[in-house]
Amino acid sequence: MSALLSVRNISKTFNVAGRDVTALENISFDVNAGECLAVVGESGSGKSTIANIILGIYAATSGDVAFKGEMLPAKRTQTHRQNIQLVQQNPLSSLNPRRSIGASLRLALDVHNIGDKSGRDKRTGELLEEVGLPEDFRKRSPSALSGGQRQRVAIARALACQSELVVLDEPTSALDVLVQARVLKLLKELKDKRGLTYLFITHDLSVVRNIADRVAVFEKGRIVEIGSTDAIFTNPQHAYTRRLIGAVPVVSRDEAALRDRLMEQENAND
Amino acid sequence: MSKTLFVLVRNPLSLIGLMLVALVVFSAVFADFIVPFPEHQGAVVDFLNFNKAPEWPYIFGTDLVGRDLFTRIIYAYRVSLILGIVVLAIAVPVGVAIGLAAGYLGGWTEYVLMRITDVFLSIPPLVLAMSMMGLLEPTLTNGMIAVTAMWWPWYTRLVYNLARSEKEEGYVLAAEVIGASRLHIMFREILPNCVPSILTKMTLDFGFVILIASSLSFLGLGVQPPTPDLGSMVAEGAKYLPDSWWLTVFPGLAILIAVFGFNLIGDALREILGVDQ
Amino acid sequence: MKTPTLKIENLKLGFKSFSGTNAVLHGISLHIAKGEKVALVGESGSGKSVTARIVLGLLQEQKNAKINGGLEFEGRNLNAMTARQRKELRGTDMSMIFQDPTSSLNPVYTIEVQFHEVLKRARPDLKRAEARALALQALADVAINEPERVLDSYAFQLSGGMNQRVMIAMALANNPALLLADEPGTALDVTVQAQTLKLMGKLVEKHHTSVLFISHNLGVVREFADRVYVIYKGNIVEQGKTETLFDNPRHPYTRALLSAVPRITGGGIPDIDDDPAHFSAPLIAHEGFSEKELLA
Repeated sequence: MSALLSVRNISKTFNVAGRDVTALENISFDVNAGECLAVVGESGSGKSTIANIILGIYAATSGDVAFKGEMLPAKRTQTHRQNIQLVQQNPLSSLNPRRSIGASLRLALDVHNIGDKSGRDKRTGELLEEVGLPEDFRKRSPSALSGGQRQRVAIARALACQSELVVLDEPTSALDVLVQARVLKLLKELKDKRGLTYLFITHDLSVVRNIADRVAVFEKGRIVEIGSTDAIFTNPQHAYTRRLIGAVPVVSRDEAALRDRLMEQENAND
Repeated sequence: MSKTLFVLVRNPLSLIGLMLVALVVFSAVFADFIVPFPEHQGAVVDFLNFNKAPEWPYIFGTDLVGRDLFTRIIYAYRVSLILGIVVLAIAVPVGVAIGLAAGYLGGWTEYVLMRITDVFLSIPPLVLAMSMMGLLEPTLTNGMIAVTAMWWPWYTRLVYNLARSEKEEGYVLAAEVIGASRLHIMFREILPNCVPSILTKMTLDFGFVILIASSLSFLGLGVQPPTPDLGSMVAEGAKYLPDSWWLTVFPGLAILIAVFGFNLIGDALREILGVDQ
Repeated sequence: MKTPTLKIENLKLGFKSFSGTNAVLHGISLHIAKGEKVALVGESGSGKSVTARIVLGLLQEQKNAKINGGLEFEGRNLNAMTARQRKELRGTDMSMIFQDPTSSLNPVYTIEVQFHEVLKRARPDLKRAEARALALQALADVAINEPERVLDSYAFQLSGGMNQRVMIAMALANNPALLLADEPGTALDVTVQAQTLKLMGKLVEKHHTSVLFISHNLGVVREFADRVYVIYKGNIVEQGKTETLFDNPRHPYTRALLSAVPRITGGGIPDIDDDPAHFSAPLIAHEGFSEKELLA
């Protein structure tokens, strides 16, 4: 499988109030075309930092990111921007409350000159339908939509750029359970239909289990384990991974059994 | 019931404000039709009727050269409104643009622009206006220039603070990730979110612009005779208190009505638009 | 049965606005026996959070809120109390912990000062030295290893998990009969959340405190609560013992909720029957667990 995105030896140090804080230390991994790679970790793990570096929001202190073999500079051009898009966590703030849905979607089309000008409004309607919303939502303001609906619009916006790689930073963490399920289903369908590649950042392991092909576990700025989802969940190698899985509040007896088995293993190793 | 109506009904003061402002605007616009002595706005003299206390047909009395005070007050409203509109029409776009640039672009741009703004803000407004008028000829136009020059920094500060917090919002990040230009982000993304605060401030300011202009004329630095101006009328009349009390009281009340009215609807607008300050 | 710590009967809530009255609660009934841990589970907009605020008496002070229904605390009628009497209950007989611990603590005072304030509500003439001693003990109860350091710190100097434990300690400091917990631990990392909830469970059991646990997180509810009420759009739709409700959910809404939660054992994302018409089906109480049966 070819690596769509290649992260090599990325380190990032922030200077916070006079002190140097290391957010990432020597991170390297690949994201393969067509897969969903989950990046899991708790706060301070660096998972958001690596997402921001990949998106070009700020530069790494050292190391590089390559997209389809080509190095990505710290300052991205519009072509670079088109290749990697973002779906954020907070559906409330990711859409401009003073602009209509259609205007927010059209921005992507206008910036990257997609299609001809006269057809762009229609295109925004088509995008909305693709994410399961009626096309006349174009005229609505974000405040008239529910959290789940807004998140769908955010997904439609990421699709509008026709990018290959979509970074999803906790896209369902702020959503209710039922809405989350629907949005996850939508994400999976879109990925299959359009051949997208996902970099899925989250702290929620149960979501990861059901949507990711591979998982990278981050702890305090390092990758402690990376592998296929099945392997990570049935036979986690690293103690932190086991603790993470063990801490998930589960809803069924099967899961409780799996969790207990892992924690036994963990306690046996101590 | 729409929110606007709800706010107006729940808070009777805002209705009063609306009525006062409507009164001011109406009289200014239709001055020619409602005043008894339209010619008295200019250089007219009628020594038979000078310095008269209020009596029909001079319902506010006459001034020292015999002109009807009511007429002159209404025309003065027109002058004040024009002044207010012109000042804000220039000060607001300039101030807002500078504030947006400083707030969003940051770095050296922010530093330089905000230090310049700070300089203007640190000089007491009236002193600044007076110094400018010291250099310029006292005319209405120059008065407007002076007031504009001291007014824009307040909008810069307002929008600067708003832009600085808005730029942390998700939609700005989304636009940046999409690759939108910085100009687009400043004017098409951030600015619309500043509009409620700007509008509210503009409404409140209207009253204050009138007040400042009146202060300038009071000092002899703004509007020159024979153009009617509320501040000049107060200044003139002050010398003749308490005998010819109408010469100061009525123009003073007129100022009060205008400023108070604009303040009240400014507050109502703030509630309607949901500005939280 | 003995007098329940909390009894809510047919509680209704509506908010008046310029567009009419918006009904939020349509007549919910629930109760908590002494020492019981009861969960109120629902999604956002279900009315679970406002219920807690009504119990505390906070919502009654809001002008546009219309509330009616039975509210009894340890047998006393809350509706018959004055605002002052309600206020006296807060912090002493009933207390609440919130979702985000760091922002719920006052940033300009040290933890010790805030603890003193809390303790003074029950004992107004408590001296600082004695308050400090009590606070140290309370912090030790929540497994804080350096209680002296924590007492002298400010909220922003401590981690989220630490603040959550401080908040639990403060809420339980006056040994309240009822603890209301509104989405506790939601703002915390999952490992910290698990520890904190375990701790909270042990503490309330030790003090025999009744708990009203409000959450949208089914997993957490399953681990913590003895009994569960599921609330949907202002109506209780299912209630029963935690174990039986989770093993055998009967109401369409509960079933949809449970099937929508992703499993760490895998299984993909299921198709859910989320027809809102089905969700409005009437209340299903598991055998022996209806309000009538339990309160008999």
